[in-house]
Amino acid sequence: MANDAEAENGRQAWQDAYDRTPLRDVDFETMSGIPVDPIYGDGPYPGQYPFTRGIRPSMYRSRLWTMRMFAGFGTAEDTNGRFKEILRNGGTGLSTAFDMPTLMGRDSDHEWALGEVGRAGVAIDTLVDMRDLFADIDLGSVSTSMTINGPAHIIMAMYIALAEENSVDRASLSGTIQNDILKEYQAQKEYIFPPRPSMRLITDLIQFTAAEMPRWHPVSVSGYHIREAGSNAAQELAFTLANGFAYVEAAMAAGMDVDDFAPRLSFFFNSHSDFFEEIGKFRAARRIWATWMKERYGAKDERSMLCRFHTQTAGVSLTAQQPEINVARVALQALAGVLGGSQSLHTDSFDEAMALPTEDAARIALRTQQIIAHETGVANVADPLGGSAYVEWMTDEIERRAEEIFSHLDELGGGSILEGVYAGIDNGYFVGAIADSGYRFERAVNAGRRIVVGVNEFTDGDHPGDRNLLRINPQVEANQLKRLNAVKQSRDDSIVRSSLDQLVIDAADPTINTIPATIKAVQALATEGEIVAALETVFGTYVETAVM
Amino acid sequence: MTDTPIRIVLAKIGFDGHDRGLRMVARILRDAGCEVIYLGLRQTTENVVAVVEQEDADAVGLSMHNAQHLTLAPKMVESLRSAGLDVPVILGGVVPDQDIAALMESGVAVILGPGTSAEDVVRSVREAVTSRS
Repeated sequence: MANDAEAENGRQAWQDAYDRTPLRDVDFETMSGIPVDPIYGDGPYPGQYPFTRGIRPSMYRSRLWTMRMFAGFGTAEDTNGRFKEILRNGGTGLSTAFDMPTLMGRDSDHEWALGEVGRAGVAIDTLVDMRDLFADIDLGSVSTSMTINGPAHIIMAMYIALAEENSVDRASLSGTIQNDILKEYQAQKEYIFPPRPSMRLITDLIQFTAAEMPRWHPVSVSGYHIREAGSNAAQELAFTLANGFAYVEAAMAAGMDVDDFAPRLSFFFNSHSDFFEEIGKFRAARRIWATWMKERYGAKDERSMLCRFHTQTAGVSLTAQQPEINVARVALQALAGVLGGSQSLHTDSFDEAMALPTEDAARIALRTQQIIAHETGVANVADPLGGSAYVEWMTDEIERRAEEIFSHLDELGGGSILEGVYAGIDNGYFVGAIADSGYRFERAVNAGRRIVVGVNEFTDGDHPGDRNLLRINPQVEANQLKRLNAVKQSRDDSIVRSSLDQLVIDAADPTINTIPATIKAVQALATEGEIVAALETVFGTYVETAVM
Repeated sequence: MTDTPIRIVLAKIGFDGHDRGLRMVARILRDAGCEVIYLGLRQTTENVVAVVEQEDADAVGLSMHNAQHLTLAPKMVESLRSAGLDVPVILGGVVPDQDIAALMESGVAVILGPGTSAEDVVRSVREAVTSRS
């Protein structure tokens, strides 16, 4: 029978691919000594199109997920200390959180920055701050993730300039910059310029990294914030992948071949509390991305079809009541992320409903991942839940719901997802859909139809008095202002001015890539805020219509 | 107390874009019969004070997330006072317990932390407004 022969071929192809893959030097057996196979069930197998079961034939047998812990607070030196602590503790990647003024493209001395400098992340005004942030860390050997969007091109330019100063070849830089502006208009609200010029900057960075930084991921298409803002799982998935399609369409419209950039796109999802729904979502993400990239966008390189993603546990699920029980929530959400085949994972700290994590809380969160990786045995078998009738149904159902949303956006955009996403931003579709889902959830909690342990049930045992929270030294703001001022005194203002003038000229011409001029400007020690202000003269500033 | 609906201005001041909580409270208060003047993101203290005056509002609700509450909430209380507006400031969001005393001392009327029920939101706003009039 043809089908049997096909199945046999698929199995053989998987086996051949698996046999070519180097494995970790551990025993793949249970705690009781029972040897286990690398996969069970039917094809398509892990590493085979459409990759529902995982992007690699051996999954975590070859390489565990990257335990990438997000950190950033205070001045660049403070965060540098936390980075070194993470590396010493066995963390395998750095992930940078920036403070609000930096995320909004404004300097620490902006009037709105009062009270925000160094609070929710590290303050970066100039290349000088970047030097301190990565002091004594070899940029050529570490993989760095930078969570920034509106001014992503500026921070990227600083990182490239720093590498050059340290004689590290930019081609060897490895990491990810979030650089996903579309979800800012939809959910996180850290936008600067209007959508279309923002897309130009993103396309510029995609083109620049494709040409010069082959190990860099220029966009991390992020559903995390969409979910945190209130969406449900299917909306998180559909809006994220639709944004991904929009970036693909924009880069193709700029003249790039899909296979020249798509292999470097990556994704970032939330892992929330409904265990099987999350696993279904991760599996559906891989299948949808692969199918669309191949069928709709004509990708030929299999790497263009792989939905590689980072996962973070759901910050919004953490409770300020009995915060220590968040350790259990995080462990279960992290386990769903691993069973769903994540490439990297951040586990939230139990105290994050109240403040940035203390060092102890961040260590417990990292240890949670290490327990999953080394004690539970779940890393021995790829897609261990594949073939479960429930998990397969859930995968199909989430995919079906996502496809309904794609159809809506495709229609809004007259056959273009990119135009559909612009239209959905303009007409409030995304913001409204996310707010409706969030409100539905809150109503259910309020009515007691959904239990949140410690909040509306099982409320005994909370000890609000004994909490040990991270306090940001109020001196941070004053110190940062002093640093910024010193940089401004030390630099040659005429070089700053001419570099900004050149950037404005380049920005006004859509055929010129803005990244080289941005690198020149940061090397002249232009501040992030000055670069943004220069670009605003060409691009304008986005203002959201307030809708509750 | 009268039957006139409470008019409340809701806003976030400064850069922070975490507006899920503010939207949620806006809908809860609207559904409870309040007149919500929803300003949304990126407001200034001055702008909020001006709106309170123009709209003859009974209360101001500010949502905070990134630890800027110790700076911005007292500033709002002070600015309303200087403008001669006796209007309670209600603070929502992520506020660590150890900051509560200082904020209440600075004149903040109510602090609504994570996990506050819809009933408590509505009751707190009503009480804050009633105690002023």
